[in-house]
Amino acid sequence: MLKEIRPAIFVLLALTLITGLLYPLAMTVVAGAVFPAQAEGSLITRNGQVIGSALIGQEFKDDKYFHGRPSATTAADPNDSTKTVPAPYNAANSSGSNLGPTSKALADRVKEDVDKLKAENPAQAVPVDLVTTSASGLDPDISPEAALFQVPRVAKARSLPEDRVRALVAKATDGRLIGLLGEPRVNVLALNLALDAATATK
Amino acid sequence: MTVIGWIQILLYCAVIVALAKPLGWYMTRVFSGERTFLSPVLRPVESAIYWIGGVDERREQHWLTYTVAMLLFHVGGFLIIYGVMRLQGVLPFNPAGQSAVAEDLSFNTAISFLTNTNWQNYGGESTVSYLVQMLGLTHQNFLSAATGIALAIALIRGFSRASARTVGNFWVDVTRCTLYVLLPLCIVYTLVLVWQGIPQTLGPYVEATTLEGAKQTIAVGPVASQVAIKMLGTNGGGFFNANAAHPFENPTALSNFIQMISIFALGAALTNVFGRMVGNQRQGWAILAVMGVLFIAGVAVTYWAEASGSNVLNALGLTGGNMEGKEVRFGIVASSLFAVITTAASCGAVNAMHDSFTALGGMIPLINMQLGEIIVGGVGAGLYGMLLFVVLAIFVAGLMVGRTPEYVGKKIEAREVKMAMLAILVLPLMYLGWTAVAVVLPQAVASMANAGPHGFTEVLYAYTSATANNGSAFGGLTGNTFFYNLTLASSMFVGRFFMIIPAMAIAGSLAEKKSIPPSAGTLPTTGGLFVGLVVGVILIIGGLTFFPALALGPIVEHLAMTAGTVF
Repeated sequence: MLKEIRPAIFVLLALTLITGLLYPLAMTVVAGAVFPAQAEGSLITRNGQVIGSALIGQEFKDDKYFHGRPSATTAADPNDSTKTVPAPYNAANSSGSNLGPTSKALADRVKEDVDKLKAENPAQAVPVDLVTTSASGLDPDISPEAALFQVPRVAKARSLPEDRVRALVAKATDGRLIGLLGEPRVNVLALNLALDAATATK
Repeated sequence: MTVIGWIQILLYCAVIVALAKPLGWYMTRVFSGERTFLSPVLRPVESAIYWIGGVDERREQHWLTYTVAMLLFHVGGFLIIYGVMRLQGVLPFNPAGQSAVAEDLSFNTAISFLTNTNWQNYGGESTVSYLVQMLGLTHQNFLSAATGIALAIALIRGFSRASARTVGNFWVDVTRCTLYVLLPLCIVYTLVLVWQGIPQTLGPYVEATTLEGAKQTIAVGPVASQVAIKMLGTNGGGFFNANAAHPFENPTALSNFIQMISIFALGAALTNVFGRMVGNQRQGWAILAVMGVLFIAGVAVTYWAEASGSNVLNALGLTGGNMEGKEVRFGIVASSLFAVITTAASCGAVNAMHDSFTALGGMIPLINMQLGEIIVGGVGAGLYGMLLFVVLAIFVAGLMVGRTPEYVGKKIEAREVKMAMLAILVLPLMYLGWTAVAVVLPQAVASMANAGPHGFTEVLYAYTSATANNGSAFGGLTGNTFFYNLTLASSMFVGRFFMIIPAMAIAGSLAEKKSIPPSAGTLPTTGGLFVGLVVGVILIIGGLTFFPALALGPIVEHLAMTAGTVF
């Protein structure tokens, strides 16, 4: 049995170096050379400034932008580091709400959001993804229904015809991969960038 | 439920079955020590490792020596993870300036990654440095997976050999598994993941100014290289807190589909390795069929429950199922499928928050783990777990017809059955026992995020997940307390090693037996009767053990939910 101590040290160290350092570092070099944009986080720049990542949702509150889904991410309370405060779309601390199906807190929150959205657009049924938080709190997408639901508000705030905005939504909608995998979706940041561009050239 | 949803599920199953044979063929060659197409590159590395380790690759080990070698390997692995976590503040690759991780949290995390559980009481991007992610966690993702596969191979040798004293050489099995199976697959896989959008960088977190002018700090890192092995090795420990739900860990529908495949690929292929090594591939297919029956049943329930949604929210006029804690790009079907896969295997990665699943939708992941993760299961661990149930089922069948039970040419006798029972019984002792303790301790109850039966399920899920070495969570539970760090670590430890040691004892005892040819009285173990028998034994043992606890948690919650009661 004592004979096994030497391999327990040296085989372990050799495999640790290979899998724990050589492999990730080599992959970093190769990935950076082959797919530089993705390796850095699919960042989007406008006028030389990083405005976010194509894959990470960000918070939109203004009426003139399409809004993403509610986000349950938090941040440390600046006044008391043992507590946390809500900080939607905190991309340095991803998390979901973790509220269960019989949670009163969840039912109350959803009811409040549903009422607000019904007041904004009474003509359409409220899409479920607009009143539920995502798993990561950083969902970059909303469903096409959720985007169409917001068209009247955005069009009014920007004084654009609704058809024009609806066309932008249609253009920003991604279908299922080969018609099969995943769900149809609209990237909120991409849609809002397209919207800004369309407004600028009005 | 939709047609396109079911097509996605069936497509997934077809790919797994199609991959089992070629991967099984390749792995059988690797563990038989034969040359492979990668040998010209990898053989010198392999020889060098044996040379510095003083390993004679032709000298095989008795099952006890094999087990001791495995345990010593884990002692060293523990020291590396614990050390790197405690010292991360003064070590390189720490652009976010993370400081040393607390003792109890480091202890819990070291045990967690060592046992292939990857339960995470910490949030990745907010707690640990890049060095910890690579040297501490990525490396153990490889080695705990390689260990699991090595042990399964040793057990298979127990079945396939006759009158033998040895079951293989642990160092050779672990080295060959890492170099020839895991590493090449991960290199290709990492690049595919980066192509899909997963970051792979050592640069600092990105400071962005959003369209509305707010500041957003975006965590990045060497993510893809870790995600590859986290899935392939059924580890499941996320780079980020939100795990595979985070857009940087699972950006597209394609990355999601590939990740689901990589969870099952090696575990399913091991059933084929088993068939090949005992000389009849149909023995392997029969085991995969048992797994398949239980899997499809679980997927159907969870998909149905999530697509139906919560009565409480549906009462507000919402349709489209339960989207709380799910991502739009995955939707209901890919989230439900992922949840069942990750808990059937011992992966534990999540692409949706299980805590927010409906009562019945979340009960299936719980049951999957309580059955011991034998539905494909963890790489290696799933196969040896399933073989323990097979031993038991064969024994029950033998009692019914009054003959000495035998399986693939080996008599199953008192020693094997005792060991199988020991391994199967120790698991409920841990999760039911610790759950019972936790729900009467006020400081443990305070960790629950949800009230009512859902809070109980959070605790039951935590200990089940830890004991089954899964690592997924009902994430609302605040696990980073002294009590949970220690008790969960003990569950993970017992769940791993008290399963492994009896399984190895069975391997040793079977290897020594003579092989007997099948006779007219032998129960055929390749047909539908055998598959039905094993499924039945699994459900009866599982059902009797866990039904009372499930009745207190998800079942009563489902009744409350349909009545519209909230807590």
